[in-house]
Amino acid sequence: MGVEIKVEGLTKRFGRQTIWEDVTLTLPSGEISVLLGPSGTGKSVFLKSLIGLLKPDAGHIYVDGRDITTMKEGQLYDTRKLFGVLFQDGALFGSQNLFDNIAFPLREHTKKRESEIKKIVMEKVELLGLLGAETKLPGEISGGMRKRAGLARALVLDPQIILCDEPDSGLDPVRTAFLNQTIVDLNTRIEATFLIVTHDINTARTLPDNIGLLYRRHLAMFGPRLQLLTSDEPVVRQFLNGRREGPIGMAEEKDAALLEQEAASGEKAPDLPPLQPQISPSDGERRVTQRGPMLARSAPVDDVREILADIADGRSDGGDLFERDESGQIIGEDRIAQIVAANRRMAAQSDDMPGRPAARRSGAGTATAVLERPTATAEDGPDGDAEDSSIDDLLEPGDDRPDDGGVRVVPQRSPRPTPAKRTAAQSRAAAPDPAGHDATAQSPAAHNPAVTRRRTPGPGER
Amino acid sequence: MSAFPIGALRQTGSFFALSLDTGRALFKRPFQLAEFLQQSWFIASVTIIPTMLVSIPFGAVIALQLGNLAEQVGAKSFTGAAAVLAIVREAGPIVTALLIAGAGGSAICADLGARTIREEIDAMEVLGISPIQRLVVPRVLACVLVAFLLNGLVSVVGVAGGYVFNVIIQHGTPGAYLASFTALAQIQDIYAGFIKALLFGLVAGLVACYRGLNPKGGPKGVGDAVNQSVIITFLLLFLLNTVITVIYFQLVPPKAV
Repeated sequence: MGVEIKVEGLTKRFGRQTIWEDVTLTLPSGEISVLLGPSGTGKSVFLKSLIGLLKPDAGHIYVDGRDITTMKEGQLYDTRKLFGVLFQDGALFGSQNLFDNIAFPLREHTKKRESEIKKIVMEKVELLGLLGAETKLPGEISGGMRKRAGLARALVLDPQIILCDEPDSGLDPVRTAFLNQTIVDLNTRIEATFLIVTHDINTARTLPDNIGLLYRRHLAMFGPRLQLLTSDEPVVRQFLNGRREGPIGMAEEKDAALLEQEAASGEKAPDLPPLQPQISPSDGERRVTQRGPMLARSAPVDDVREILADIADGRSDGGDLFERDESGQIIGEDRIAQIVAANRRMAAQSDDMPGRPAARRSGAGTATAVLERPTATAEDGPDGDAEDSSIDDLLEPGDDRPDDGGVRVVPQRSPRPTPAKRTAAQSRAAAPDPAGHDATAQSPAAHNPAVTRRRTPGPGER
Repeated sequence: MSAFPIGALRQTGSFFALSLDTGRALFKRPFQLAEFLQQSWFIASVTIIPTMLVSIPFGAVIALQLGNLAEQVGAKSFTGAAAVLAIVREAGPIVTALLIAGAGGSAICADLGARTIREEIDAMEVLGISPIQRLVVPRVLACVLVAFLLNGLVSVVGVAGGYVFNVIIQHGTPGAYLASFTALAQIQDIYAGFIKALLFGLVAGLVACYRGLNPKGGPKGVGDAVNQSVIITFLLLFLLNTVITVIYFQLVPPKAV
């Protein structure tokens, strides 16, 4: 059976550079979790911290209830026997052939006879489709085979936790699909806890039970698959759909000016790809740890989001969208309410990421903000928005700026605005403006107000 | 790395930490006998021939220099004694050290460095196996053993080379060369030479493993690490040699002639 990993307030720095901070999440035992993030956000570092190869600067990691950040070395080596780890390039021992590589942990840790070792190794070799290659050296086989051999080696000691660092990078789509199927089947059979670090969105969309997203030095979100896939959070939405439009730029993050320009360009983002059902074990049965809700068919994101919300509010029974058990009950129905609530909470929270379309915020959240700061609108009235005008002034020296009651994407230079500033920006977003436009209306204009209400010069005009 | 003194201190500290860990892991069972033998054989195979080829001219040069000097001061019959002293006490351990560091240490460092950047060392740790016990201890011990044996080889080959040059080229008397061996040299000189060789082997092995396990960055980092490991070893060995020699002369008074 798998083992639960609990991470609390984990922070890692290299010198003065913070890799990520305050990461808190729980990898439920026996479930498959995927950790996503743009390149260079420290996903591999996180993985290495989980096995104690790197020491975090703060926080705790509980594996099966024991804190590995405070363990003595001897205990740490024992605890690591619970883990099977697949490194990015397989990390096979270059001087030994595949058979010896896969047999290595058995020879080091068990007193099994060579005949038994051979049996176990050949079983794994066959499972991962490496038959015939077991006498080759790691240097003589392809990257994909090295990866599968690395996975075979990680599996021979029947680990409780399996960590995979980009199992799909450098593999063709067919092999990736097969590897993902293998992972699901393995999970069905040994019920180990899986954590897979990847940036293959297809894997992320169909494989896991849970998804986490590392972005900008913190964990942006962690939760059930459908929660992230239906999330409104711009970063999550952009990443899981693999789009250019959104806060993530080529070099980690776009700056506010670029975002505004993007919003102003009026270019309509392509439609989101529909959500696919999760990969099932090859025997068609449900995994014990697959707790749902599970899609029964592919469906557009917006439909899924609406139906989830309707089910949570009791307005719908979900139709044929979700898998049901024998009694006709939606599998994991109890979690639907949690997912919807979590997404609404995220949406209601004033976000700390730029580029979020203001009108997408849920009405409840903004209403509270207005109630909390009744004077904010007045203070920040037409001429009083000195606090965030630096970029606007550069962009628009003239007086053609709309009066400020209107909704717009608030340019934010600092990655994390102060709470007070956020509230102000938010209440402004919610306040009805003198021209009579309703900021919270779900009209296209309100959704992307800069399109109709502001003239931002294009790059050529500057 | 941070500012000079801090960075250097940190490196020194980590080096000593690795040395201590190695010392502790030395007594942990199971001892990696196969790895130890394999490494010993490997280091011996890359050092034996170069060592012989270096020690023949080394012995010859010492014999030539001393032979001429001795002739000038009218002590030609002492050439053998002086050559033996120079080779056994100094040349033997130094030649050994240079070859262990240059041939054996650089190979060890490159091997471990490549394994480190390919994450093999991480993988080993994750498989619950201490790389110190599994890789470092056998390598350091192999360095010590081979250094010890090479020192014997250098002494013999060097003295033989000196003999050949003294007798054939400088027309020295074979009997005088051999008979004067014991005139100045004493048995402690051999002990000192072997102790030096053991320590040099230890330092060379540790430095090679330390640099190999801590390369910076990718493949270029491994190259740099090998380079540094050889340079650091040379510096440490010559320093160590000076210290040991000073202590040796305090402890063992020169033989009265």
